[in-house]
Amino acid sequence: MNPDTLLQLVYLLSATLFVFGLKRLGSPATARQGNRMAALAMLIAIVATLVEQEILNWQLIALGIILGSLAGAIAARTVKMTDMPQMVGIFNGLGGGASGVVAAAEFFRLGGGDLGVEAGITILLSTLIGTVTLSGSFIAFGKLQRFISGAPLTFPFSRTLNAVLFAAILVIAAMQVTGEATVTMYLVLTGLALLLGILLVTPIGGADMPVVISLLNSYSGLAASAAGFVLGNMILIISGALVGAAGLILTNLMCKAMNRSLANVAFGAFGAADSTGGRITPGEGKTVRDVDAEQAAMVLAYAQSVIVVPGYGLAVAQAQHDIRKLSDLLQERGVTVKFAIHPVAGRMPGHMNVLLAEADVPYTQLFDLDEINDEFSTTDVALIVGANDVVNPDARDPSSVIAGMPILDVDRARNVIVMKRSLSPGFAGIDNPLFYLDRTMMFFGDAKGSMVDLVRETKEV
Amino acid sequence: MGELMIGLYVFVLAVMVGFEVITKVPPTLHTPLMSGANAISGIAVIGALVVAAQAGETTGQVLGVAAIVMAMVNVVGGFMVTDRMLEMFKPGQKK
Repeated sequence: MNPDTLLQLVYLLSATLFVFGLKRLGSPATARQGNRMAALAMLIAIVATLVEQEILNWQLIALGIILGSLAGAIAARTVKMTDMPQMVGIFNGLGGGASGVVAAAEFFRLGGGDLGVEAGITILLSTLIGTVTLSGSFIAFGKLQRFISGAPLTFPFSRTLNAVLFAAILVIAAMQVTGEATVTMYLVLTGLALLLGILLVTPIGGADMPVVISLLNSYSGLAASAAGFVLGNMILIISGALVGAAGLILTNLMCKAMNRSLANVAFGAFGAADSTGGRITPGEGKTVRDVDAEQAAMVLAYAQSVIVVPGYGLAVAQAQHDIRKLSDLLQERGVTVKFAIHPVAGRMPGHMNVLLAEADVPYTQLFDLDEINDEFSTTDVALIVGANDVVNPDARDPSSVIAGMPILDVDRARNVIVMKRSLSPGFAGIDNPLFYLDRTMMFFGDAKGSMVDLVRETKEV
Repeated sequence: MGELMIGLYVFVLAVMVGFEVITKVPPTLHTPLMSGANAISGIAVIGALVVAAQAGETTGQVLGVAAIVMAMVNVVGGFMVTDRMLEMFKPGQKK
């Protein structure tokens, strides 16, 4: 058999394994196996490529593989689960960037000049998507890691600037495809694409990061596909398309969970509302029922059913383990404990589930919004820890800023305990009427300390 | 039919397969799914290997190796961290 045919057959096998791997990633029981299947597919494709290529300088290639693998392995072993979004952000950027660099290498190999329409379009498209993914991901990383402000950074005419930038990129690309392509023009195009990636992500606020990370994930796949078109390589096209589709689905889910359109997220409407809307004084003229750890523990211990609603505040305070202890204690007393996870409870899709899994909360105890919302009305206590906007009943009021946002119906539970530092508003910047309901008990304090107290008091009940 | 056109067919069909396969993933698995998919996008390493292998001059070699390093971080880091997460997911057993 001719070596290329063999290579193509191996790629086909690898593509099939990717599909099966992704399929298995869709169910908790088979997910680990699915991930390993995809890793095996990758290994097969890499080995086959190395065997088939006539390699001019194998030392350099080996060095690249070893360096990259080491860095990746160290990062994967040491990263904290709370930092997962940043990690995925960086990986997205590197994957997308690699595709862009592949296109650049191809450009320099052809040496510019008359590229022709086909090579011209594919190389420039791949460069554009890869570069935007690279710089956009690094800004997202910086925001999540708090190297740069998580607040949306906007300035006048920023949208116009982006549009101009994008138009300039298109014009340069068109000139390169139709006429002579020069190295200078190529570098200018790359620079502009880098800038575009930065400007697209800076106006987006920290709370919208789940959407951005999902979208960049999709881009990194599309970048790989584009590089596949450059090299005429089917395994790149297929794998990239699979990832592109996965990223789009998650982006769409996140947008729905926040009741916003993608355009709305991209142009930072929440951020704008924040700066123009008047300052609110939460709790003014309203009364709240304040409880301490002992009282809260009593209510929980004598309940029959408890639904815990964890928010990102819980993760920030690193109180996941304490909440698991509380849940175990209550279950030993015969209380049914469930966790209700809002889709945007973390900083990326499904983040809260991972954090609770790390604290040994079994996934069979975790329920998403649609599964559990009907159960609140028959539940004794809803315990809310570090969440705010996602339990704001105002979302049912058509005149509210967050009107229509899917919320957890905690206000329908018989009792509500809210563990929170203060009455201050969440990302949406609005007051939460839940705090002033007769059935609501506010247990003020930082999530970690309060949770430790609550566990101790529950033991003593 | 040219190579570009065949590629386009493959691309569109693969996107549809992706939608079909991934739509029903429960929210619990969204993060591992994303990081696993993310590792798959490191498939760019194949492209990087091809350009690095063929590169005769310095520019091509530097770009090729840079792309290999970036993509390998993505591949190895992505699959390993996904495995680390999935290891933690356990079904509950009745106590």
